[in-house]
Amino acid sequence: MNAPIYLDYQATTPVDPRVLEEMLPYFGEIYGNAASRSHSFGWQAEEAVGQGRERIAHLIGASAKEIIFTSGSTEGINLAMKGVAQMYGSKGKHIITSQAEHKAVLDTAKRLEKEGFEVTYLAPDSTGRHSAEQVAEALREDTILVTIMWANNEIGTINPIREIGALCKERGVLFFTDGTQAVGKVPVDVEADNVDLMCLSAHKIYGPKGVGALYVRRRNPRVRLVAQMDGGGHERGMRSGTLNVPAIVGLGKACELCETDMDTDREHALSLRTRFEEKIFGALDHVHLNGHPEHRLPACSNLSFAYVEGESMIMGISNLAVSSGSACTSASLEPSHVLQSMGVGDELAHSSIRFGFGRFTSEEDVDVAAEQVIAAVQRLRELSPLYEMVQEGVDLSKIQWDAH
Amino acid sequence: MAYSDKVLDHYNNPRNVGSLDKSADDVGTGVVGAPECGDVMKLQIQVEGDTIVDAKFKTFGCGSAIASSSLATEWLKGRSLDDAMAINNTEIVQELSLPPVKIHCSVLAEDAIKAAINDFKSKQGTDPSQT
Repeated sequence: MNAPIYLDYQATTPVDPRVLEEMLPYFGEIYGNAASRSHSFGWQAEEAVGQGRERIAHLIGASAKEIIFTSGSTEGINLAMKGVAQMYGSKGKHIITSQAEHKAVLDTAKRLEKEGFEVTYLAPDSTGRHSAEQVAEALREDTILVTIMWANNEIGTINPIREIGALCKERGVLFFTDGTQAVGKVPVDVEADNVDLMCLSAHKIYGPKGVGALYVRRRNPRVRLVAQMDGGGHERGMRSGTLNVPAIVGLGKACELCETDMDTDREHALSLRTRFEEKIFGALDHVHLNGHPEHRLPACSNLSFAYVEGESMIMGISNLAVSSGSACTSASLEPSHVLQSMGVGDELAHSSIRFGFGRFTSEEDVDVAAEQVIAAVQRLRELSPLYEMVQEGVDLSKIQWDAH
Repeated sequence: MAYSDKVLDHYNNPRNVGSLDKSADDVGTGVVGAPECGDVMKLQIQVEGDTIVDAKFKTFGCGSAIASSSLATEWLKGRSLDDAMAINNTEIVQELSLPPVKIHCSVLAEDAIKAAINDFKSKQGTDPSQT
């Protein structure tokens, strides 16, 4: 078998060697607790954490004091949504979000529903996108929070965050966005983009796993949160727990690199994706792009290969590390909720594969991947009764299938 | 997910892929499953007298579904209709070492066998429900 090729950059990324190098001293040499105020070990750690905070803030246009360290985006989402709901619940009980959000948002919303909040789940359009107008129509007098992700993890569609943020600002409703896939990949400016809260995660941007940050606006308006973790009152009382100094150093460095390398990274990803899609669409018919053709993360290509089932596809390209929207590859029986929310039929959802390119993907990787995908699809279509029927001119939607 | 060697073998070298003339009197066709569920199997048999002389399949589905139907065609060739009717999905599960989440693939293969036989019988003018 050939060496595996990693094309799952939306799932996670390798730690950039420059990030790792900067982290290493903070395990053995500089090991102080950043909360220790009485000695140099603590001061050194605090200085490192402070630099990390500055670098994150700089990347997203925030001030360092607005950065709250977390264990990652799942925690950031929980803290933002539950923290806001509990703090402002006396003002109103209504929350707006999207059906295409990550499970961390959807499950947190469900929890809040059990606690007496009312949640509106907006359906995205067929490209996975929402509009500010759509959010405006859903706003009510008692809406306290709008949660719409910046960029979707499965399909890469980028939402009009600036417009949605402006709407929320005008209506005095807090706006939280899950920036996990967008930060470091596309320009993000919490001031210009009117964002009140935003989570991000290190391991999606070539930093270590297990660390992330939540941006919490300090002025205009000052956002307050009910802490979800009780303890020593770290992070302005919003998130207790000893700071993970080496990981924070890594997150900071990762952010700095994303800022300096953003244009190069973006052009690299975009040229790889274009190269890949041109090859695929040039060789195969009945391939569908899931997501928005333009408003899309540069590194993400989610394709449905009609009449070929996703898991058998993944078996056929076994040395390509990719994800599928098919239920067969996951623990659930339902195919991707994101594709379903966009109105992609279950049949095409079962045939979807997400290809993600990144900083360390080469043109050769892309060429090998495209070649293997094309060969697998051609082979599996020869095995596919559906493809045969379509070739014979049968309209599959007219067939009475025996669903099981 | 780890696949058994036999599943991988059938996936990589599927046996008896193809189609028989579904309008022919000596051919029975069974199509089971649904695209929105992620698997559709088409299984065809060609019968001489009481014996299945050829079997072909095409499957849209996961590796286990492909392997189950490929294996079914291997088993069908040379069998009498009654013997073929008696094939049980648990035999397929055992032969391919299918994990619990993939048992439905074997059930589908069994359904496809029965559907193909019933189609053949109805073409012969025998009511499948009476056999």
